[in-house]
Amino acid sequence: MPNPTFLTLSGLEPLVVRPDTNFVNVGERTNVTGSRRFLRLIEQDDLETALEVARDQVEGGAQILDVNMDEGMIDGVAAMTRFLNLIQSEPDIARIPIMIDSSKWEIIEAGLQVVQGKCVVNSISLKEGEAVFISQAKKILRYGAAVIVMAFDEDGQADSFERRIEICKRSYDILVNAVGFPPSDIIFDPNIFPVATGMEEHKTNALDFFKATKWIRENLPHAHISGGVSNVSFSFRGNNAVREAMHAAFLYHGIQHGMTMGIVNPTMLEVYDEIPKDLLERVEDVLLNRRDDATERLLDFAERVKGDTKAKSKNDLTWRKQELQARITHALVKGIDQFVVEDIEEARQQAKAPIEVIEGPLMDGMNVVGDLFGSGKMFLPQVVKSARVMKKAVAYLLPYIEASQSGKPEAAGKILMATVKGDVHDIGKNIVSVVLGCNNYDIIDMGVMVPPERIIETALAEQVDAIGLSGLITPSLDEMVYLVKELNKTGHNIPVLIGGATTSKAHTAVKIAPQYDHAVVHVNDASRAVTVVGNLLQPKTKDAYKATIKSDYDDFRTRFQKRSEHKTYVSLAEARTKRLKIDFESQQPMPPKQLGIQQIDQELSALVDYIDWTPFFRSWDLHGKYPAILTDDIVGEQATQLFEDAQAMLQQVIAGKLLKAKAVFGLFKANSTVQDDIEVSHNNQTYFFRTLRQQLLKSKGKPYRALSDYIAPTASGIQDYMGCFCVTAGFGTAELAKEFEARNDDYNSIMIKALADRFAEAFAEYLHEQVRITHWGYQPNESLTNEELIKESYNGIRPAPGYPACPDHLEKETIWELLQVKERIGVELTESLAMWPAASVSGYYFAHPEAAYFGLGKITKEQVQDYATRKNITIEKATQWLQPNLKE
Amino acid sequence: MSKLNALLAERILVLDGAMGTMLQQYGFSEADFRGDRFGNHTVPLAGNNDLLSITQPDAIYEVHAKYLEAGADIIETNTFSSTRIAMADYALEDYVEELNVASAKVARKAADDFTTKDPSKPRFVVGSIGPTNKTASMSPDVNDPGYRAVTFNELKAAYREQTLGLIKGGVDMLMVETVFDTLNAKAALFAIDEIKEEQQLDMPVMVSGTITDASGRTLSGQTVEAFLISISHIDLLSVGFNCALGADQLKPYIQRLGQETTRFVSAHPNAGLPNAFGEYDQTAEQMCILMEPYMADGLVNIIGGCCGSTPEHIAALAQAAAKHKPRPILQHA
Repeated sequence: MPNPTFLTLSGLEPLVVRPDTNFVNVGERTNVTGSRRFLRLIEQDDLETALEVARDQVEGGAQILDVNMDEGMIDGVAAMTRFLNLIQSEPDIARIPIMIDSSKWEIIEAGLQVVQGKCVVNSISLKEGEAVFISQAKKILRYGAAVIVMAFDEDGQADSFERRIEICKRSYDILVNAVGFPPSDIIFDPNIFPVATGMEEHKTNALDFFKATKWIRENLPHAHISGGVSNVSFSFRGNNAVREAMHAAFLYHGIQHGMTMGIVNPTMLEVYDEIPKDLLERVEDVLLNRRDDATERLLDFAERVKGDTKAKSKNDLTWRKQELQARITHALVKGIDQFVVEDIEEARQQAKAPIEVIEGPLMDGMNVVGDLFGSGKMFLPQVVKSARVMKKAVAYLLPYIEASQSGKPEAAGKILMATVKGDVHDIGKNIVSVVLGCNNYDIIDMGVMVPPERIIETALAEQVDAIGLSGLITPSLDEMVYLVKELNKTGHNIPVLIGGATTSKAHTAVKIAPQYDHAVVHVNDASRAVTVVGNLLQPKTKDAYKATIKSDYDDFRTRFQKRSEHKTYVSLAEARTKRLKIDFESQQPMPPKQLGIQQIDQELSALVDYIDWTPFFRSWDLHGKYPAILTDDIVGEQATQLFEDAQAMLQQVIAGKLLKAKAVFGLFKANSTVQDDIEVSHNNQTYFFRTLRQQLLKSKGKPYRALSDYIAPTASGIQDYMGCFCVTAGFGTAELAKEFEARNDDYNSIMIKALADRFAEAFAEYLHEQVRITHWGYQPNESLTNEELIKESYNGIRPAPGYPACPDHLEKETIWELLQVKERIGVELTESLAMWPAASVSGYYFAHPEAAYFGLGKITKEQVQDYATRKNITIEKATQWLQPNLKE
Repeated sequence: MSKLNALLAERILVLDGAMGTMLQQYGFSEADFRGDRFGNHTVPLAGNNDLLSITQPDAIYEVHAKYLEAGADIIETNTFSSTRIAMADYALEDYVEELNVASAKVARKAADDFTTKDPSKPRFVVGSIGPTNKTASMSPDVNDPGYRAVTFNELKAAYREQTLGLIKGGVDMLMVETVFDTLNAKAALFAIDEIKEEQQLDMPVMVSGTITDASGRTLSGQTVEAFLISISHIDLLSVGFNCALGADQLKPYIQRLGQETTRFVSAHPNAGLPNAFGEYDQTAEQMCILMEPYMADGLVNIIGGCCGSTPEHIAALAQAAAKHKPRPILQHA
């Protein structure tokens, strides 16, 4: 088949290890023995996040995905089967081959039975004798996998050069001659053991591995070499500077000797060329056993560098002694703006023209940032800080450039960025703008609530190379469809990028892409944006890339449509009969302590304890739960840094009262009607909240929910109650953000917006608690921690219009009318019914213990018609607003 | 089977065309499908073409004979759905062995009759092993992507049963075909490999995948190259593609396959794409015009037809095949 002397593997796509393949990188985070975070996710059955870990690995450049479920408390066979099945349904993960990693044969076999591609089994050995070895190898061959063989036999693990080659040779001969295993599918793991342990017999551990590797490559034709690299630095746990250097040096020599693949944590790897020479010398002395006192010398040195990279970067100013370019690069990579003006001035004096400082030293430095980011060695908050330094440098140079009339530097391309009409959310858009800006794109940021005709006009006038559209609320989805339709009419072929929380590949493929004859790409995180834009603009490859995107989306759409055909819906009448029937008789609603509307000006400091930090990190593309994220293996350091910066700003905001938090809420008499309306009375006037009911076919006995089910029906004769609210922490945000932007400080401009969002959410949480305990008072003795609040371990819910239980934004108008929101606290609704300021939350209060959040899902035209009639609006208007939930 | 290898080195061999398309012309009723044997069977049997090998063996013989007459070197047994899994729809799980033996025997007799008539043109029988109606690496439940309607072991057992029947009935070789989920195919190959070892049998195995649409991937999402790598652990006589696409759409994938494999290459596309009524209306002549470049460009060793093709199509292909040289076998450096 493909050249039989090459190792070939496959996921949905092929992986061929050719002689010129430098090194195959195995993703090692989906391993319960190696990652505490992954173990926790599997134990908690949070498979969705576990899949994200896998996806991150693939996106981070892993070429093979190692999956290991060897943990005493886990049913390994079930976990392996389930997780690999889920991976097979994610084409972007299943793209690469799987390494089925287990010490238990039954787990390996379970894995082999669920993956269509050619996997790698990790591992088998002669440990239990030839009979077992042969039978396992035969089966692996029949399942069509390659195999890693450990240098292990009946007498134990190989720990010398001689034992390594003896066992590998014996294993190879058995596999090739007795089993008929293709030699190119055999990968040896000749055991990487710790060095510098202080034990005499460990001194040659690394050297023996290298020598064995070389011997195997020369004497066992076509076989490959792999190994778990982090073992080698075991005795330096806690000293990452030394460990990273050891891993890099080990890999360097391993590859030189013929190592072809390996399991290595990319964040625990220094670049070989960047290891300080004195450290490298000592590390290599140890690895290659070059001197008798190698271990002692490295230990001594380790004591000195123990100060840890982080402390070093903050206080150690030795980098200031380096030459100019190195200083500029260092400042950009580390995001230090303290010395940028003096360095740039020095560069300017050396340059022929001021423009050369940008095109030369600054771009060189930013290219390093781009490479590090692209290879997963820098994270988003760091890049945004780099951009801040870059902007300061450019701002300093600008007057000189203008004076010298030498023109602006050549940009990689011009990108228009805008949040669409009716939408005010821009954190994600700003991050993408900054990251693209860092990569030398010229960004035209049109801000928020930009009408489609202005976007198109500007795009054409400025001859942009791509348009990025962002939006967070559901009506923005239709705006994007409309815009792309209009853009198509102009006949231009500008690629369009779609991003924002409610956007999805599905929506982009099914709704947006068909309206445009040219490329439309869904990009939901900043790190992918650079690659995507690069591909779209690259003159040589852009046409091929656009064609691939188009066919990928066509294909996705076809599959998606096939999938949605199978769904069945029940009639509205049937759904109403099978509503959730709550027994209000035995659990009588409790009247609120105080009916009517109240208004609050809130002190910010009381809200701090109510902040849910997890989404804050997510808005910076750092994924993981707070507080665990602060100690995460990969992003922990960055998360901690970001959190410290956030805390500092938080204190400033509170001390300076820089943001204003206001709320209005009301508690009212209410009853539900048979038509899913909730009738609310206030000041002798009646208001109606029109709720929507689930219609997607459910299994027998499961109710079809609408929010009105949580309120006692008029017919029951029981008086019930509900509430609604609007809180904001957004006043002041726009001004602060503008100030930061004026100072070229995108990092803090994004930071203040992200914090305002957190304050608004915290305020909603806090107010809800106050309502339960005091204002309504149905849980007067409640006392929950913030964690319990986040998990919603209380009675009652506060669903928000525009979110899954009540996706119709139109009901916000009723809340605004009922609470006089605009008049009382100044929060306004845009034409798409987004709230302004953006850091605001509005919703309903339901108190019944059986009230639970749910997702409406898709509904039929019948219900849209019914809704229009109830609300006395046209069917067209109702359809327009309910479009995202309308059955295809 | 060195005879087969020698022939393949010499010329392009011709595989037969569609069985289902031909059987439609007989207009068999429910009663005809049942025959005397299954008169009291509790489940409707009309449409179960494989069953006709037991209840209407003369018709099956006649179709085989027509394809042999048209010049086919290799005929496929009428066993596309003869597994326990696919036969569950008809409650005929207990007849799987008999179905395969009967189909193999009918094809064997037809092939032998023609070989006897003209020993200079030996005819071969290949046991057809279809994909079943379940997929091992995709979930039929959109709400539960981790769910699977069938396991590897269930598939392996079903394929084992089918393969044993086909061998017992006297086939010359086996073809795992219309592969839309590579994991299903791997289960079949696992079972076949086990049987070959147990019976010390040297029986050639062909694999023919299916590219389902213009994305150039199998239904389970693999590219041509990934598909090939995933089945390359078994010693195969040939690899190729069939069904789903017409000859013009299939050609680039056959070409890509040929660039990567050292096995013989087969292609048996549909007679075009079905029209709005589900009928194939590409004529023999039209199909041949599209297929001749496969041969002229040296892309194939075995050629034939899938859905919609008839003895006329195969006759036209056989005539064209005689004019061209087979694809040279790829040697890796």
